[in-house]
Amino acid sequence: MHPAEPDPTKTEPLRIVLAEDSVLLREGLIGLLARFGHQVVAAVGDAEALHAAVAAHAPDIVITDVRMPPGQTDEGLRAAVALREERPGLPVLVLSQYVQRSYAADMLDSGDGSGVGYLLKDRIGQVDDFVAAVDAVAAGGTVVDPEVVRQLLRRRRDPLERLTPREREVLALMAEGRSNAAICRALVVSEAAVGKHVGNILMKLDLPPAAETHRRVMAVLEFLRT
Amino acid sequence: MLRPGFACSALPWRAAGYLLVSGVTGALLCAGLLVAVVVFGALAVVLVGLPLLAALGLVGVAYAPWERGLLRLLDGARVANPHQVPARPGLPAWLRLRYREQATWRELGFTVLAAFLLWPVDLIVVGGALVVPAYLLGALPLLLADGEQVNVLKVWVVHSPAVAGALGVAGLAAAALCAYPLTAVAAGRAALARLLLSPTGQEVRIGELVSSRARLVDAFEAERRRIERDLHDGAQQRLVALSMALGLARLDAPAGSALATQLAAAQREAGAALAELRELINGIHPQVLTDRGLPDACADAADRSPVPVEVRLDLPGRFAPAVESAGYFAVCEALANIARHSGAESARIEGRYADGLLTIDVWDDGGGGADPAGGTGLTGLADRVSVVDGALTLNSPPGGPTLLRVEIPCTPLSPTPPRPNRCA
Repeated sequence: MHPAEPDPTKTEPLRIVLAEDSVLLREGLIGLLARFGHQVVAAVGDAEALHAAVAAHAPDIVITDVRMPPGQTDEGLRAAVALREERPGLPVLVLSQYVQRSYAADMLDSGDGSGVGYLLKDRIGQVDDFVAAVDAVAAGGTVVDPEVVRQLLRRRRDPLERLTPREREVLALMAEGRSNAAICRALVVSEAAVGKHVGNILMKLDLPPAAETHRRVMAVLEFLRT
Repeated sequence: MLRPGFACSALPWRAAGYLLVSGVTGALLCAGLLVAVVVFGALAVVLVGLPLLAALGLVGVAYAPWERGLLRLLDGARVANPHQVPARPGLPAWLRLRYREQATWRELGFTVLAAFLLWPVDLIVVGGALVVPAYLLGALPLLLADGEQVNVLKVWVVHSPAVAGALGVAGLAAAALCAYPLTAVAAGRAALARLLLSPTGQEVRIGELVSSRARLVDAFEAERRRIERDLHDGAQQRLVALSMALGLARLDAPAGSALATQLAAAQREAGAALAELRELINGIHPQVLTDRGLPDACADAADRSPVPVEVRLDLPGRFAPAVESAGYFAVCEALANIARHSGAESARIEGRYADGLLTIDVWDDGGGGADPAGGTGLTGLADRVSVVDGALTLNSPPGGPTLLRVEIPCTPLSPTPPRPNRCA
């Protein structure tokens, strides 16, 4: 998990809709988010109520569990994808208990891939990092759990074969939602070097110049899909 | 049969219907068989007829269900099918099983009896029992219609209405009397049919074993899911809550204090416990298998493998949970073996479904020499696959490569197309 970006102007309090069927976790999360100045405007326990709550409150961000009633399968994830189809640009952070690439890829495929996150529930305990991830997703960033990223890195994938080990490291950090500044701190290299790596990655993945943020998302998507 | 009122009950009529239908179909069967034997025999000269003659051995299998249905006409009781269900779909497996089964030959025997011996008896008995009383009963109306005479049973010319009336009364009595032999013959024929066409004790036991094994597999599968659900809903959520509480406590502890250090250590332990629990739950029953089926579950298993694995599964939809589970755990065990023993550089999972058979191949370019008897988990894997009637084959020459193939006969649950598989 990456450290919170140093943010001179503390972000506005977020209005959050929370979907989590375990009462214990739901109450814990409400308290945790309140402590950081955010407001949970609705906390629901199933996918149907989630749809209703989003329609009623128009929140800044939705935080949802993957597995939810009534089917106890991936209802929460499907609800999140559906919500983003209805409301493009609605930031959604999915909390999961599974290191599952296909779930993360579903999230990133929804909308234009910005303003989404897929985090393991384990991360909630790192409260600073967790709240930073919530802020990042609400601000339109992309956050993928490091555990998922780590697992993906072990595999050999064709489009990524051309990347150097350092470029892969940079791509993995991009997938975790870090900015160039955060990447250069993590890898202890200059920001110019990170910029060069990012440029090489985008070139090698055949992503021609467009709006900068979207190319980054596309690179992360490529990383997850292949 | 000896209780009063028998002659007036429906039983004699059922017996008559049974004998009549079986007699007529027996005659048709006789004609059909004779024609088939002659035609196939003639064709045997040019060899085409030989397989056709061999196929005649299965005529009993085709005819027996009809006779079992007829038995229900007599007393309404269902007669069980003595045949086993083939372990695999497809004609060859079906033929092999049928020619091996004792029931097939019992059915052939009964069919030959029905075609060449029983049907004349059936027709004579039912004809005699119905025709004689019918003639006697019909004497008076026929006499009145004719006005002069009636020829009863072709041998007795009657002119007097009084005699004809008396014959009618005698006809009633004859009908009642004929009901007994009629029913007796029908019961005898039914007993013979039942003896030859219903399952023997051993066949009944095999049927029970097969279905109880299927129930056990399903129960086992359900139990895995229950354990997984309980761990997920209980311990896992509590550990997350614990880790969150510890995280919040750390915010309150003075930075760098002994308390902060201890809280951090406690949180690390909680995190490690969560990671272990996640692995454990995934080993019991991965959620992705329930949600998405084999292709995504195999792709995720491949993600966890330290050896790079290529996944290509082209399946028409979802399968029964027990089938998906057996296939998935076979793949996991194979991948674990590859990682531990093979020294492979790369591996490949390929899956396809055709003609009722799900086939999953796990291939690796390692050193080969895998031995099912070597206690590498392959024996357990074979057992696991065999409970869903599947088969496991291993081809692993020393020096490699190794191919492990799992074949499970099954049918897709629904014809719905699978989710787009981005993991291939």
